[in-house]
Amino acid sequence: MSTGILLQLAQSLLAILLAPLLMGWVNQCRAWLQGRSAPPITQPYRTLRKLFHKDAVIAHNASPLFRFAPYMIFACMALAAGIVPTIANDLPFSPAADVIALVGIFALARVFLALAAMDIGSPFGTLGARREMLVSFLAEPALLMVFFTASFIAQSTELPVIVQTLAHREFAIYPSISFAAVAFWMISVAENARIPVDNPSTHLELTMIHEAMILEYSARHLALIEWAVALKLFTYSTLGIALFLPWGIAPQGDIAALPLALLVMIAKLLLGGAALAFLETISAKVRLFRAPEFLGTAFLLAVLGMLIHFLLEV
Amino acid sequence: MKIGDHDWNLDPLGKHIWRGRMETGQLLALARAVKEEGGQLVALWGSDDRHLDGSFGIHAALLTSSGLAWASCALPAEAPTYPDLAHIFPQADRMQRATFDLLGIRAADAVDDRKWLRHTAWADNEFPLRKDFSPLSTLRSPLSTLNSPPPPDAYPFIRVEGDGVHEIPVGPIHAGTIEPGHFRFSIIGERILRLEERMGYTHKGTEKRFEGMDLATGAKLAGRVSGDTHSAYAWAYCAAVEMATGSQVPERAVWLRALFLEIERIANHLGDLGYLGNDVALSFGFVQFWRLKEDWLRLIAKLFGHRYLYDRIVPGGVAVDIGDGGRAELAAEVGRIEAEVRSLKAIYDEHATLQDRFANTGIVKPDLAARLGLTGLAGRASAQAWDARAQFPQAPYDRLDVSMATQRSGDVLARAEVRFAEVYESARLVRDILERLPAGELHAPLAPVSAVCEGIGWVESWRGEVVVAVRIGADGRLDRVHPHDPSWQNWPLVEVGVLGNIVPDFPLINKSFNLSYSGPDL
Repeated sequence: MSTGILLQLAQSLLAILLAPLLMGWVNQCRAWLQGRSAPPITQPYRTLRKLFHKDAVIAHNASPLFRFAPYMIFACMALAAGIVPTIANDLPFSPAADVIALVGIFALARVFLALAAMDIGSPFGTLGARREMLVSFLAEPALLMVFFTASFIAQSTELPVIVQTLAHREFAIYPSISFAAVAFWMISVAENARIPVDNPSTHLELTMIHEAMILEYSARHLALIEWAVALKLFTYSTLGIALFLPWGIAPQGDIAALPLALLVMIAKLLLGGAALAFLETISAKVRLFRAPEFLGTAFLLAVLGMLIHFLLEV
Repeated sequence: MKIGDHDWNLDPLGKHIWRGRMETGQLLALARAVKEEGGQLVALWGSDDRHLDGSFGIHAALLTSSGLAWASCALPAEAPTYPDLAHIFPQADRMQRATFDLLGIRAADAVDDRKWLRHTAWADNEFPLRKDFSPLSTLRSPLSTLNSPPPPDAYPFIRVEGDGVHEIPVGPIHAGTIEPGHFRFSIIGERILRLEERMGYTHKGTEKRFEGMDLATGAKLAGRVSGDTHSAYAWAYCAAVEMATGSQVPERAVWLRALFLEIERIANHLGDLGYLGNDVALSFGFVQFWRLKEDWLRLIAKLFGHRYLYDRIVPGGVAVDIGDGGRAELAAEVGRIEAEVRSLKAIYDEHATLQDRFANTGIVKPDLAARLGLTGLAGRASAQAWDARAQFPQAPYDRLDVSMATQRSGDVLARAEVRFAEVYESARLVRDILERLPAGELHAPLAPVSAVCEGIGWVESWRGEVVVAVRIGADGRLDRVHPHDPSWQNWPLVEVGVLGNIVPDFPLINKSFNLSYSGPDL
């Protein structure tokens, strides 16, 4: 049990500390693919440090909710990162929340972000919050469907059990998992405010979704939100890896397998980040009202995955 | 000059350019006749002529079937009013309001008499372009501004009422580094019900600054009216000065001016095509077009000494020549860029999401464009087939046979297509000019000025037609200069083009017009 707590601590810290690195890697790949010289991979850390050193500017009519929200969002993302098996599988936190609760944790962070965005009363915050809700109310059920497919295979909604089951099946392409994987990719893109649903690097305030909600934030608040955004991307990436590419994760109680598991995880994240950058480079952002079609497709694929599991794999 | 079957008693002032002085009633009749034959109002401005003949002047430049007609009326100094032209040409509305803000000359029965360019920098009973106005009187020290801030700027926006209607004020300070302008959206959900623009945040007193300036310095200032349109403004100004003084320009200089104008057109279109990609988050397109633009500007800087050719067009000619080596290098580079643009166009054409964003977004239908006077590049994308280089070519375009690019659909895609076609055509013109560039002098001295004289320059810039009207005093210094930017006519069409679109498409639509904030706010 004590090794479990140590592992849990190590993994949570690893996620919190490494998340900006993944963001930096994606940005670096994007720059390379566009033929630009890239910022250093540590750029997100420098941004965080800069933001933490600044004094926060807060609107006069901000309520305590506005100040409180960044901590809440960061805490939610840190908790989510602790639940997802990244390198080891026996995490004491994991039984605390299954995949359905995980979706709830993401939703909690989102509710606070949207409330904080509307708190100031600036039109952009409200605009962004409205759009965020439009995207997320479509993304959430699709995400649940993906989790249900995996849960049916593992006969459990607990992530360690799902990962254990999936990692120890013989290697084969399962149609249900393939559909679910594509759906999961589409949902992750939408949930993490990436192209083609949102554009993380835009300066056009009228087109923003996520960025519009955090326009009023500065300094440590903004740093926490930016960090939470990196953590969210990291969590989604590790979640995707845990569900669809679980091989190499250290089995329960096997400390010796950890170094290899860590290396394998880093390799997978590098590949995943590069793939994200590649897909972002060749896509344009869809018109806002195409986002429901995009997410509808994701939902359809997730449902198809589940049906196929029942028809072919049971 | 005849319009319809009436002879309007306008005298030729230059090639395709006519000039007449008339009563205000006659101006109204002329405007109606021009509208009837399908012409447009290009520019409207006023002048303080009290030191010359004790009156104010109102001037209109009209696009007619035989060229540009410059009509002027004298208005009594005590009560300077003239008949409203906005009910004939809606594009006159803002120009009339600006004329009042700057000169106190009012369109008598205009429906919209709100202020336009004036915020709080000067009081409502002060008129900066009047000769007796001292710019220093409005200057406040930073300390006094702190102690007694100017009164808040009250401007009556037109409100949309109803259930679920929501107003978003955007700007004048934006999230990106762009020019300042205020946009007041009335929306329901994401759909735009109404957009109202508020400009005038870049007022620099440029027109006032021209007064008393010598002719050569005036060219520098004219070129800086709108930084991305330097060559067009500088050429239009120089053409006006040369017309006023009756000076001849060496043929080689005229050809080099056309070369500069086409270089500027290519540079701006490349930049815009990149920005259009960027606004739909296709950063690949952005980076590629801007790489080409950068290559182009660096070569221009190497050959002519300035990336944007600043101050290379001077009164009487040009200030820089191109050698045989430079000609070969420029011709090779323009060919390479054209080939790359063609392959990038293939990528844009086949990118489904990009096409989905571009097509049917921000439509300005041809009949609306004609009614409201959409001009220039955006006009040609809405079937307004006007291009001063093609229909009323000044030298050397009369020997270059420019083929005009037009589209009918009037959406973002059409405006992108016109840009592509114009890049190809400009590349052809650059090669053609380089091949046929006549030998000779670069510069001829201006004829001396002994009396008050006037001239007008008319150049098709990349954005649309630029008009610069100049009056030179008997002392040989500038008395009144009015540079007219095509953005005057096109800004109102952005308000119309976004109707029924969704809010997140506005930046794309706005960028597809790419109008100047500074040009119509001098």
